[in-house]
Amino acid sequence: MTDNEVKETTEKKKSEAGEKHGSGLIDNLLVPVLAVLTGLIIGGIVIAISNDASITAWGHFFQDPIAAFKASWDAIATGYGALFSGSLGKPANMIAGIQQYMATGDSKAMLKSFYPITESLVTATPYIFAGLAVALGFKGGLFNIGAEGQFYIGALASAYVGYSIIGMPWFFHLPLAILAGAAAGGVWGMIPGILKAKFGAHEVVNTIMMNYVAFRLSDWLLSGPMKSSGFRPVTPTIEASAELPRFFPDPLRFNWGFPLALAVAALVYWFLFKTTFGFEIRAVGANPDAAKYSGMSVVRNIILIMTLSGALAGLAGAAQVLGTDHWVGQGFSAGYGFDSIALALLGKSNPIGVVLAALLFGVLRSGATSMQSLAGIPIHIISIIQGLVIIFVAAPAIIRGIYHIRIGSADETVLTRGWGK
Amino acid sequence: MTTENLQQNKKASNQRQIITGIVLLLIGLLMFVLFVRNTQAGQQATFGMNLSNDAGTIVIPDLVLPVQQSLYALITIVVFLAGWQLARGIRSMGLLVGVVSFAFVASFLIWATKDQAFNLVGMMSSSLISATPIALAALCGVISERAAVVNIAIEGIMLLSAEAAVVSATVSHNLWFGLFIAILTGGLIAGVHAILVIRFKVDQIVSGVAINIFGTGATSFISSRYLEKHIDTLNNSGTFQNISIPLLSKIPILGPVFFQNNIVVYLMIILVVAIHILLFYTPWGLRTRAVGEHPKAADTLGINVYLMRYVNVIIGGMIAGLGGAYFTIGSVGRFDQDMTAGKGFIGLAAMIFGNWNPIGAFSSSLIFGFADSIQVKMQILGINIPSEFLQMAPYIVTMIVLTGLIGRAVMPAADGTPYEK
Repeated sequence: MTDNEVKETTEKKKSEAGEKHGSGLIDNLLVPVLAVLTGLIIGGIVIAISNDASITAWGHFFQDPIAAFKASWDAIATGYGALFSGSLGKPANMIAGIQQYMATGDSKAMLKSFYPITESLVTATPYIFAGLAVALGFKGGLFNIGAEGQFYIGALASAYVGYSIIGMPWFFHLPLAILAGAAAGGVWGMIPGILKAKFGAHEVVNTIMMNYVAFRLSDWLLSGPMKSSGFRPVTPTIEASAELPRFFPDPLRFNWGFPLALAVAALVYWFLFKTTFGFEIRAVGANPDAAKYSGMSVVRNIILIMTLSGALAGLAGAAQVLGTDHWVGQGFSAGYGFDSIALALLGKSNPIGVVLAALLFGVLRSGATSMQSLAGIPIHIISIIQGLVIIFVAAPAIIRGIYHIRIGSADETVLTRGWGK
Repeated sequence: MTTENLQQNKKASNQRQIITGIVLLLIGLLMFVLFVRNTQAGQQATFGMNLSNDAGTIVIPDLVLPVQQSLYALITIVVFLAGWQLARGIRSMGLLVGVVSFAFVASFLIWATKDQAFNLVGMMSSSLISATPIALAALCGVISERAAVVNIAIEGIMLLSAEAAVVSATVSHNLWFGLFIAILTGGLIAGVHAILVIRFKVDQIVSGVAINIFGTGATSFISSRYLEKHIDTLNNSGTFQNISIPLLSKIPILGPVFFQNNIVVYLMIILVVAIHILLFYTPWGLRTRAVGEHPKAADTLGINVYLMRYVNVIIGGMIAGLGGAYFTIGSVGRFDQDMTAGKGFIGLAAMIFGNWNPIGAFSSSLIFGFADSIQVKMQILGINIPSEFLQMAPYIVTMIVLTGLIGRAVMPAADGTPYEK
């Protein structure tokens, strides 16, 4: 690249940045919000189509058209009603619960009324970590599809430290278990990082391959070396000294994992936007050639980004084991690593955006369970909505077309360049 | 290209030659350590050369090999190749990798079968069957990526068409109709991918991830909402019967392996050959490769870059749709959630391992299919290698190939980048 071209690119970047600044906050929020809304609307249509009563009513459309619409609306309202009451709880129950506690000291009803909303936060916790992992990669111009594998390896490492060390005081044991998760995830992310930096092997392929190596490795560990004494392929339960403490008595699982996730999000924000390292990462992500010409080490930064990204995904696994589950079993992740790609896109790779997106996904995921049991709608509807949301966020032109709005397209970041370079 | 560049290239290829030679020597040593040292003189391995159920095939005697002598012969071949590579360099990398992997696999089998009997033809037959969906996924990848469109949505496409196939075949009581619908579904979903990445210039990986998440969600949703409740009326199609090809099926060894299969396997073999010819000996193939290597030049010569890409991605999707049909109407006759189990991604690995080449992709699929189907047999032979490690092998091998140290992964130059006029 000649000097002239570099100048041109930087000027182009500048003008793009200027446009972005001018388009303001609302535009940045509008696409994600409309994408989620559109996803939920299509999800609603799927609910209506798959509802027996609604289909029957549409069969009699010409006799009674209003009934058809009403039946569909009922189906959607029941479904989403169950979703949101199952994930946010009912305010009336909360007030009644608190009153009962104030009057009699019996906390049972109060805890029960707060169970749904705390459970949403519990579900959001690994999402925050994993979303940050993918977002950090995006900022550095790298696509980490391997969060799922890093999540597994991190969870297994944390669980191992958690159950194998006995009699250590919690202020050593807990940090050690958390660090083990981060380190293991970091190593799992570092390998594709090194392969990319030193050999130019594309991180997308290698992180996918590392995912499957992680799945098979965890299958083996859970059926052999790390298996507990029972029949099922699960690890032993971790020691109490390695648990992330819970705020409330059972059944509420809300624990220190959530504040920790918020703290890490703040840390990532500070790291990305207030430190030299973060600046270099963003520079490498925005334009590796320019970064190289201004004396930054692209090789070192690529390895650093992938390691940190892996460590964050490992932390997601650690938080899930140490805070929520206390053991690891097969099929433990339930797709956190893949959903995190959606989170990073929805949150525009910004730590604050990622936290908001993670809260939303936490609500959807934890509410889906009660939607399944109360309204008979399979939990997988959430994946359908997620897939659509990703497409709408990634192709704002579709959203623009549907709603006939003009949104500045300046902030469409390039996520990956080519497959092999 | 300057002389300096040329010299650098020469140096790099010298280095690669030496590293490949050393790796070959190590493989020879590994064969000695792993296999020869665990055998005793005079042991024999018996390989069955007939399928028990193959009516009409000419029966040939079993192959009885002296274990140690055969192992030494195979090691000699590998060491000889290593020496040749170090001294002169071997031009045909595909042949080299093929011969060495054959030698390694053969010595493993001979070692594992010491003092026992093992049905070799049965093994080959089940490897080919396991390789079928992998090869179809890999062909889908080859066709799309040769036109520079990365398709990691193969997994989702295969899931959706697998379900579409079984439902349409069950409802219509016609397996051929199911096959048609599967291919149609594959083409449609790939068409969505094509529109997203070509028309809307969505990041190709993001679009693939979204389709995978959507595909998993949609198929599982339909499965738990409908298929599980109405198994007989929706999810019980029966499967294609094996067709014995007259005369050819009577050839010993080749007959039972290649000519007594069901239609999907035959179609796969035909497609491998056809796509190889189309890609390298027809105008369409030349255009496809031009669009994948240097779209601007292709455009200048009057080739419609966008059209070529649409056509290739959609044809690729139809092939993946056939691969999806294999899972249901080609093998078990019903749909189970997530039944593709990562075969789409293994196909991606096979495509890379096969150097974006139809024949190469098919050969690597055979190796991966072998790794897949050997597990069952290993338990029969009483070998205690955890099968998980064998299952990891394809992924690890792919990562090694991508480093470019052994052989060279040469992907289409414009792979993964959208084309802007």
